[in-house]
Amino acid sequence: MPLLELDSVTVDYRTSRGTIRAVEDVSFSLEKGKTLGLAGESGSGKSTLGLSLMRLVPYPGVIVNGHIRINQTDVTELPEPRMRSVRGGKVAYIFQDPMTSLNPVKRISAHFLELIRTHEPNTSKEEALERAKTMLRDLGILPERINDYPHQFSGGMRQRIMIGLAIVLNPDLVIADEPTTALDVIVQAKILDLLENLRKIYGMALIIISHDLSIILERCDKIIVMYAGHMFEYASSLELHRNPRHPYTQGLLQSIPNIELVDQKLAAIPGSPPNMLNPPTGCRFWPRCSYVMEICRTKEPPLIDTGHNHLVRCFRYHEG
Amino acid sequence: MILDTTILSDVSDTMKGKGLSEIVKVEHLKKYFPVQKSFLEQFFVRKRSYVKAVDDVTFSVKKGEVFTLAGESGCGKTTTGRVIIRLLEPTAGEICFNGVDITKLTGEKLRLLRRKMQIIFQDPYASLNPRMRIVDAVGHPLEVHGLAKGEEKKKMVSEVLEKVELTPPEQFINLFPHQLSGGQRQRVALARSIILKPEFMVADEPVSMIDVSLRTTLIDLMLSFKKELGLTYLFITHDLAVAKYISDRIAIMYLGRIIEMGHKESLFSNPTHPYTQALLAAIPVPNPERKAKRIELTGQVPSAIDIPTGCRFHPRCPYKKDKCSEKEPLVTEVEKEHFVACHLINSGNE
Repeated sequence: MPLLELDSVTVDYRTSRGTIRAVEDVSFSLEKGKTLGLAGESGSGKSTLGLSLMRLVPYPGVIVNGHIRINQTDVTELPEPRMRSVRGGKVAYIFQDPMTSLNPVKRISAHFLELIRTHEPNTSKEEALERAKTMLRDLGILPERINDYPHQFSGGMRQRIMIGLAIVLNPDLVIADEPTTALDVIVQAKILDLLENLRKIYGMALIIISHDLSIILERCDKIIVMYAGHMFEYASSLELHRNPRHPYTQGLLQSIPNIELVDQKLAAIPGSPPNMLNPPTGCRFWPRCSYVMEICRTKEPPLIDTGHNHLVRCFRYHEG
Repeated sequence: MILDTTILSDVSDTMKGKGLSEIVKVEHLKKYFPVQKSFLEQFFVRKRSYVKAVDDVTFSVKKGEVFTLAGESGCGKTTTGRVIIRLLEPTAGEICFNGVDITKLTGEKLRLLRRKMQIIFQDPYASLNPRMRIVDAVGHPLEVHGLAKGEEKKKMVSEVLEKVELTPPEQFINLFPHQLSGGQRQRVALARSIILKPEFMVADEPVSMIDVSLRTTLIDLMLSFKKELGLTYLFITHDLAVAKYISDRIAIMYLGRIIEMGHKESLFSNPTHPYTQALLAAIPVPNPERKAKRIELTGQVPSAIDIPTGCRFHPRCPYKKDKCSEKEPLVTEVEKEHFVACHLINSGNE
């Protein structure tokens, strides 16, 4: 039984200037204990998709279609009070910016206490503090520092505290939205190693949302490449690295510099991502695609299974 | 205009005379920022403390190359760039441009120098005035320097917009920044910085806020100006993968000082300073079949107010010895034009 199942999820932002379909018809599933990477550029809908899993899409965003099942429970239909126990308890979210995600006037202990005792009202204060301290130790932060305020920690430590807050209730699924974008490489590597170790210890599933395909290729079992709200490609990271099928994925992989290669020639994808208020008809990538065919301009390509559980949304793999 | 020609002839004379290949030379450059004292400290604490953002940096940039300053946030790379083009006053040290000492230039001479040195900033959302049309933003330097206005300005702006591939220029010239995407804005910023035909450009993280699929075109465009406009770049970045792609030579900074510097081939094939090694090992490699080998660094970057004694990296260094905390390491040339400041390298020579 998969832990998470998405069935043709569609999310709209109903703005005064028109409806923006930020995520369209996304379906996938995720097994317990696995890591999934959501890759895409700004505006690809990856964060909206992540937020919709917790039903946290900000106004004016609405999940207009589809079902999201977590442990067989359809969260799209849960009433708000029950949804609240899912958030933080079963599914946790790590936000991008550790500087603004912690309350600056509250001690770290207060953050942990509030979280633990909201979800588990029977826990005593001492017990909750003890758990928080154990968590800090796992994160590589001295437990004595539990009574410090957020500003007393560095960016990397704050992000570790955010991770601690996300997993202290032992959720089944953790969604990390650009968890290391604001951090330096050495700290980034440390945080990602930490997430990986904790995932193994606590046995949770992990979704990493990032614009940085290098991180995702390095850290995830499965990868979804998003573009303009559409799922363009889905494959295991090994498969995606060896056989990228979608022209967009191919272009993306050729445009990431790799420090291990000598005299690397970087390719560029011409043009720029579409305006989502007025996306192109047919395939959303055709204005930038070097393999564009007549059909691409008018018809939207379906997701095609090319074998080995490798899905791609492109007419080049369409037969007949 | 008289001043202009004197400076320029000064410059060309020295170049002819000595066959100078260095466009910018920086020696023992320091930039300290005083720390604001609290109300009480003003009465009771006599000693002033400083953030030593740049603390004795020496290097030179050769004509026509891309020289990169790389390092983590807070290492002083941006401050160095800004001091070199005199956006910030250096605390100590010397900056030479085309063989002329520009450290103390003021007034009209400084203004004329600014035509030759330009900067492009990281955030194209912040570096363009939201209330200025593209034609005015890009043409502003022309007006400031009294080179062109009105129709002539418009014509020059169109030309330069074409150079940065915002075509057709008529379509962009009357727009406001908010009508452009991030990538287009950065091209506008680039257009503004090349309109005065500078010789030297400081590019401070110009692509780090741009989407991956658009980065390559922007980088390639910037590199094409090396030949086309005879530009030399001082590139500032935290991203060593990008640095490797575009640079000729790279200097790694840590806590206000260059700890390793060399040609990129030499630096990447033979990283010698433990910090450089850790930095390279931490970079994600887009290949799931290769498992990362990390070098663990303890602790975090110390404050630039209170720099550690001896080698400033010693509190985090996995290989530290006794003398690392006592003596500052000397700079050693390990390969041709590959310099390292580390006691582990020095020890063989002593």
